[in-house]
Amino acid sequence: MIGLTFLAALIAVLPLTLIVWHLIRQGATSVNLDFFTHMPKPTGDAGGGMANAIVGTGVLVLLASVIGLPVGIFAGLYLAEQRGARLATAVRFLSDVLNGLPSIVLGIFAWGLLVRPFKHFSALAGGMALAAMMIPFVTRTTEEMIRLVPVSMREAALALGYTKWRTSLSIVLRTALPGIVTGTLIAVARIAGETAPLIFTAFGNSFWSISPTQPIAALPMQIYFYATAPYDDWHAQAWAGALVLLGLVLIISVAARFATRSRAGLGSD
Amino acid sequence: MNAARVTEAPRQALQSPEVLAVDALDAYFGASRVVRDVSFTVQSGQVTAIIGPSGCGKSTLLRCLNRMHETVPGARVEGEVRFQGKDIYGSSVSAIGVRRHIGMVFQRPTPFPTMSIRDNVAAGLKILPRSERPSRGQTDEIVERALRRTALWDEVHDRLGANATALSGGQQQRLCVARALATSPTVLLLDEPTASLDPISTQRIEELVYELRSEVTIIIVTHNMQQAARISDRTAFMLSGELVEYAPTNVLFTTPRDPRTDAYVTGRFG
Repeated sequence: MIGLTFLAALIAVLPLTLIVWHLIRQGATSVNLDFFTHMPKPTGDAGGGMANAIVGTGVLVLLASVIGLPVGIFAGLYLAEQRGARLATAVRFLSDVLNGLPSIVLGIFAWGLLVRPFKHFSALAGGMALAAMMIPFVTRTTEEMIRLVPVSMREAALALGYTKWRTSLSIVLRTALPGIVTGTLIAVARIAGETAPLIFTAFGNSFWSISPTQPIAALPMQIYFYATAPYDDWHAQAWAGALVLLGLVLIISVAARFATRSRAGLGSD
Repeated sequence: MNAARVTEAPRQALQSPEVLAVDALDAYFGASRVVRDVSFTVQSGQVTAIIGPSGCGKSTLLRCLNRMHETVPGARVEGEVRFQGKDIYGSSVSAIGVRRHIGMVFQRPTPFPTMSIRDNVAAGLKILPRSERPSRGQTDEIVERALRRTALWDEVHDRLGANATALSGGQQQRLCVARALATSPTVLLLDEPTASLDPISTQRIEELVYELRSEVTIIIVTHNMQQAARISDRTAFMLSGELVEYAPTNVLFTTPRDPRTDAYVTGRFG
């Protein structure tokens, strides 16, 4: 029996191992300084890089976070504070549904809202689609982290004369902050790798652009375009892009784990 | 602080003013009445203990005295609690104001984990209205005074900036007492403050209660009868939400009037 579970565990780890090994094998040779600093070259010319895509992903994640984090954190605070309220129950349920929606559906939503009326693609539309993905996740993790703060701590603040909302913001939120930061990092790692919602919102851009009202390149999208193109050197670039993207996501995930581990034990009484 | 305390003459010779008067108090959790028609008064400068078996409503009663009971969803209170003559449940009275004059220390030590020792003690001062808020220098003095009174100053004066969770359980509880004292409350409510502490820390807290009696009126809930006998001037015995007997401590423990009190203090049930 133990043997079977051990075997299952090995099989579970297999896809990740194969992916990492394959990516390193195919992409390592193409990852060089040029990759990070140069723009894509026109077809036929060798070399070039994905600098605009890497920066583009950064811009999109930033836009999504600026919208998604405040909304998510305060929604999570509301859910934790007003646990039984009817609105809270409804929000929690809808948030879970939104969390499970296919990302391409969110992309279409952003397209209808921010691309069609303005008649052009933009980084802002891409950022909004990613924010819509980020919000339910951040809301739920924030709620969970705040609920981990013991009631006794809240009561200690109230007994000192703190108002309910001052308790929530100064004491509870502050105490739950490391956990909320971890949830944020995980959400960022998730949206950094999303492609589907960006295809018809941010659209991609072969040139350098960081303007929110213009189409913008993004690493996952660039990988998709290059991988499906007929040129060999573009394929090599796609492998390199995939390796860099994987590295990025891994670094963020490890950072999130590290942040959790160094947190002092909460609710340990 | 020893057996002699129990037989000491009561301190009613002093005409102390009434600082707290509870009048026909009922406390509910939803439809369930857990404190039933309780009335008693507390004199200033005395230590009053509330004892009784688990579930008798003593903690709930205590929490009604600083309006903490109502922070639980579905909880409500009927009756009056007069603090220095004024009903704290009056329509024009703010719960926040009440809690600044009637402080509370809970069973489990709850230092704020993101704050230093100094900031923990000063936590109650930070939220005072601007006109009453002390300056930084005054705050430092208040913090030192509070830590000295709780016998923590010698142990922590060189690391006031350290995180409060680095202290031991007994030290954390004394920190919570210092935090409650920093705002100079008139009354201090202690809800089983030594229940989770080792005997040495327990003794320290009991000594603290004894020393504070002249400055702060103390009401302590305890399920440890010997503790009540050691440190209190008057004791209230509660059973199933009712106040069965309220008398000077030595009287309650040696010649109780009610047979139920007698059964409890002699250990026939508990």
